[in-house]
Amino acid sequence: MTFSRGLRATLLGSTVLVLVLVYTPLALVVLNSFNANRSFAWPPRELTLEWWRAAASSEGARAALGTSVEVALLATFLSLVLGTMAALALRRTSFFGRDAVSLLIILPIALPGIVTGIALNNAFRTIFGWELGFLTIVVAHATFCIVTVFNNVQARLRRLGGNLEEASMDLGAGTFTTFRLVTFPMLRSALLAGGLLAFALSFDEIIVTTFTAGAQEQTLPIWIFNNLFRPNQAPVVNVVAAVLILASIVPIMLAQRLSGSSAGMTGAR
Amino acid sequence: MTATSTAADRPPRAGLLHRSPRLRVGLLLTPPMLWLGVAYLGALAALFITAFWGQNSFTGTVERTWTLGNFRDLLTIDVYRTVTARTIGIAALVTVLDAVIAFPVALFMAKVASPRTQRALVVALLMPLWASYLVKAYAWRGMLGTGGLVSWVASPFGLDTPGFGITGLIITLAYLWLPYMVLPIYAGLERLPTSLLEASADLGARSGTTLRRVVLPVAFPAIVAGSVFTFSLTMGDYIAVRIVGGPNQMLGNVVFDNVGAANNLPFAAAVATIPVVVMLVYLALVRRTGALENL
Repeated sequence: MTFSRGLRATLLGSTVLVLVLVYTPLALVVLNSFNANRSFAWPPRELTLEWWRAAASSEGARAALGTSVEVALLATFLSLVLGTMAALALRRTSFFGRDAVSLLIILPIALPGIVTGIALNNAFRTIFGWELGFLTIVVAHATFCIVTVFNNVQARLRRLGGNLEEASMDLGAGTFTTFRLVTFPMLRSALLAGGLLAFALSFDEIIVTTFTAGAQEQTLPIWIFNNLFRPNQAPVVNVVAAVLILASIVPIMLAQRLSGSSAGMTGAR
Repeated sequence: MTATSTAADRPPRAGLLHRSPRLRVGLLLTPPMLWLGVAYLGALAALFITAFWGQNSFTGTVERTWTLGNFRDLLTIDVYRTVTARTIGIAALVTVLDAVIAFPVALFMAKVASPRTQRALVVALLMPLWASYLVKAYAWRGMLGTGGLVSWVASPFGLDTPGFGITGLIITLAYLWLPYMVLPIYAGLERLPTSLLEASADLGARSGTTLRRVVLPVAFPAIVAGSVFTFSLTMGDYIAVRIVGGPNQMLGNVVFDNVGAANNLPFAAAVATIPVVVMLVYLALVRRTGALENL
């Protein structure tokens, strides 16, 4: 070993401490969803399931959940199509502006959300003349979700190379047949991983959504934010937050297993 | 591929696409480029142009006459200078805090932990990255509030929770962006050959010296890479401030209030250029350290 015992022990200690700090607030939200005390005083004296029942029958939360799922599904579909096209176009071809295209795909996530938000808000209303609503949320979300699909597909294409597709072509299959029978099956798990991340990204987004949602539509994060400062809604908000924490574990485990590495998960929020 | 295509017309078309990579790339790139290159970049450009327009103070409508008035207000009215300085200060503190917390964790993951533990730790640190941003800020509202866990832990030491304000905001933001700092440093240190550490020890360096002379120079560009995320994300934030920041304002709040309540889009657009300009300056400075290759 190259480090002294003392240093290694210090590093281990800091890592454990950080992990405890990272998970404590999240665990607290889940625990508080059972806390009978409305103001979540610590430590909880009595536990109850009442808030979970109240949340399950909350119309606003259910409607917002529905909107969030629909938006995320559509935005994921659009970013799957556009991200895959961009990744396929950039493979093996070096043309002027290739780096510019990569930069352009990362830009919506690299710029502060508020800049993307008001830019799209302004463009939708004044340039396109659209009403803000469901569709504008979908378009805005797809814009910043493309990057997760693009990253995953590009990484897969780079690793696999093009030999199998060349063989398919040599055996007489056309471009589309080759895509259907060779390229697509190779990409399937990368598409699933990229799509899951796009879904998670869209499902969680609040800043760009605030500026593109208009007055009628509420996604779940917007619903949470609007109800956050209402004391009588606090227990229900807390249950919704707990559900979101528990639900976020599933796509991460899946994506981790599918992509086999952490690549493509770090480049996006 | 349309449903009407027959076996007869498929080969020539496919052949054409195969023979002409230029056509294939063009067809594949057109939809994403229309979306991002035309619509999205166009929206950004339009926003930038709007910053140079004025607003009719009676009707509140945007007047399409060129003016530098918005930028003049930004530079001359004290409150905007204060808010800008506060936002940059908070971003800097959050970045330093994250770097200090992330370095030992990343070093442990990369150079001390077994491969198995290493993989488990990466997942353990990525999981909260994908938990909802809003929920995490909300979680800290519960931690920092009166009667929350922080005051419960601090009270035996005669301390109290910092409550909702700048301190609570910095803690919350540092918490939110921590994974963005850990992962680049971990990736950077993982590439550092262990033999270098051994050589340093064999040549008689103590652990502290090895850390300072071998590990830190390698980690530095990675820390800078991570700081791009922590800095940029803090510069654009306005939600966390409203949840745990008390009455304080950041640049994001000024933009938000001018789009919403004040309905002054040109001024909001002018304010929104500040984080972009700050980030461009920051990136230009960072480029010299060579850290951008680590992103």
